[in-house]
Amino acid sequence: MNIIVTVKQVPNTSEIKIDPVTNTLKRDGVPSIINPDDKAALEEALVLKDKYGARVTAVCMGPAQADKALREALAMGADCAVLISDRAFAGSDTLATSKILAAAISKLGYDLIICGRQAIDGDTAQVGPQIAEHLNIPQVTYVQKIDYNKANGEFTVTRWYEEYTQTIAVVGPALFTVLSGANKPRYMRVAGIVAQDGMQVENVAFADLDVKLEEIGLKGSPTRVKSTFTKLAAGGGQKYELAPKEAAALIAEQLKSKLYI
Amino acid sequence: MKYELFDQMITEFTEKEVAPLAQETDEKEQFPASTVKKMAAAGLFGIIVPTELGGAGGDYRMYIKAVETLSSACATTGVILSAHTSLCAAPILEYGNDAQKKRYLPKLASGAWLGAFGLTEPGAGTDAGGQQTTAVLSDGKYILNGSKIFITNAGKADVYVVIAVTGVNPKGGKDCSAFIVEKGFPGFSIGKKELKMGIRGSATCELLFKDCAVPAENLLGKPGEGLKIALKTLDGGRIGIAAQALGIAEGAFAATVKYVKERKQFGKPISAFQNTQFVIADLDTQITAARLLVYQSAAAKDAHAPTVAVDAARAKLFAAETAMNVTTKCVQLHGGYGYMREYAVERMMRDAKITEIYEGTSEVQRMVISSAIFRK
Repeated sequence: MNIIVTVKQVPNTSEIKIDPVTNTLKRDGVPSIINPDDKAALEEALVLKDKYGARVTAVCMGPAQADKALREALAMGADCAVLISDRAFAGSDTLATSKILAAAISKLGYDLIICGRQAIDGDTAQVGPQIAEHLNIPQVTYVQKIDYNKANGEFTVTRWYEEYTQTIAVVGPALFTVLSGANKPRYMRVAGIVAQDGMQVENVAFADLDVKLEEIGLKGSPTRVKSTFTKLAAGGGQKYELAPKEAAALIAEQLKSKLYI
Repeated sequence: MKYELFDQMITEFTEKEVAPLAQETDEKEQFPASTVKKMAAAGLFGIIVPTELGGAGGDYRMYIKAVETLSSACATTGVILSAHTSLCAAPILEYGNDAQKKRYLPKLASGAWLGAFGLTEPGAGTDAGGQQTTAVLSDGKYILNGSKIFITNAGKADVYVVIAVTGVNPKGGKDCSAFIVEKGFPGFSIGKKELKMGIRGSATCELLFKDCAVPAENLLGKPGEGLKIALKTLDGGRIGIAAQALGIAEGAFAATVKYVKERKQFGKPISAFQNTQFVIADLDTQITAARLLVYQSAAAKDAHAPTVAVDAARAKLFAAETAMNVTTKCVQLHGGYGYMREYAVERMMRDAKITEIYEGTSEVQRMVISSAIFRK
């Protein structure tokens, strides 16, 4: 089984500070990390590899320094790594990015593609589903759990909703997007850290891909950012002052109405 | 890139898996078995073991960074790795024959087996040659009798490198040999568990040998080489303890820098007072100097440099005394709070003291350094 995992390198937002003068993010000196949902996607792939045997390829589109994210993926246990990098890709929105990734992935070949649900620096959750559309394969988003039946090649995945879950059977090739809560990603293995030093990260550029110049980069990106804003904190919820018995009844009723119980 | 990734991994591991348990490990004097399992999964017990023997194929630079970083949060966790790697895996790697390496190193590297080392006896501390434990060859087996004391990882370890007297040399001194002893060997048992001032989660016990039969093929190195093997092993071990001391100093220092910025007296943070600033500057300088010595000795070990014994002695002497000084000053900067067990610096000051004592006291390090100077 060939599993492709898409990996994005993002700034570690937990360490980002706001510039008090310009009110923008201070990105200088902020360490880059593998996007948390993508790391969970990689862990799902590695669990499938441990259980059933698979060749896991980590794919990243980004600048040259994204090499580090891929090397981290190799150190965790990925078998190979591909960096998709070209000046022509700069300024790509999710549509253009997904076209580039889909073109690269179709060249690599795959039985399963696992993406993170969304990146912490963009929060669009669009790239995974768009890749599936470009490749014309089934997709399941917000996946919490992946099982595989080696005998018939069928995947059974659990899809998360806020108040319930759905179990779906899928025949590959397919694409799943995974939530960071799906698992606890393994640490890089010391042996993997040492071994990646001798491994090559394959480079893929515009010329290697079957994509049109006008479909990628800033030109190929229909998205325009109209404005940005800071999300306000959610409301405080409702407050009731009730006797313990009535309070318990109300809580039970509310939980029932939200399908938690 | 490998060192950068290694530092990232061990820092993340320490923050998430080690730091949250450090206080409880100390309070309950509890061996952190669950952390040891996680360390095994990450491959930390086989850093210096070659890949063909099931290890990671890494080096001392990585191993030392691991002990340092783990110890910055929990010195107990740091010494578990140090004793296992430096005192058990390393001598088997260096002096073991092929069969011994194949039998022991893959399991030690994977962490399936934990390692320990037995040299010290009630009457043989700094005077390591004063060994009383004996090993007599009989019917293809060495029969060990005697006891060892203050053994790190004792009772938790599966494999012990043990030194015992095997004869008398022509000069009238004792001939010692090294043995690989498995926990299940008949006649081998674990004695009293010690209650300690610091590193209280680390298992420290006696080893008891009562007609313990060790197969002759478990002799490590040649007969009579035991003391040489022990002393060479301790040269490596000292770099591990130096790294532990460095980590303790770094952990206490980081906690203190944070504290003095938050703690207010006379209407301002105590970091605004020149006494605080000067003490902090001194501690930072000492820690940096210790770090250079520790890393240099790790590099010497990786390069198989002939200076490694003296490099390790200097590093351990300076890092241990730095750890003691830094933690004491950090408690002082915390004032009354620093004396309370709720604050990590209290534990770190107790943990620091052992680094001046075990694997050769600071006085032993001075002996090693000065004898190298006057021998010339």
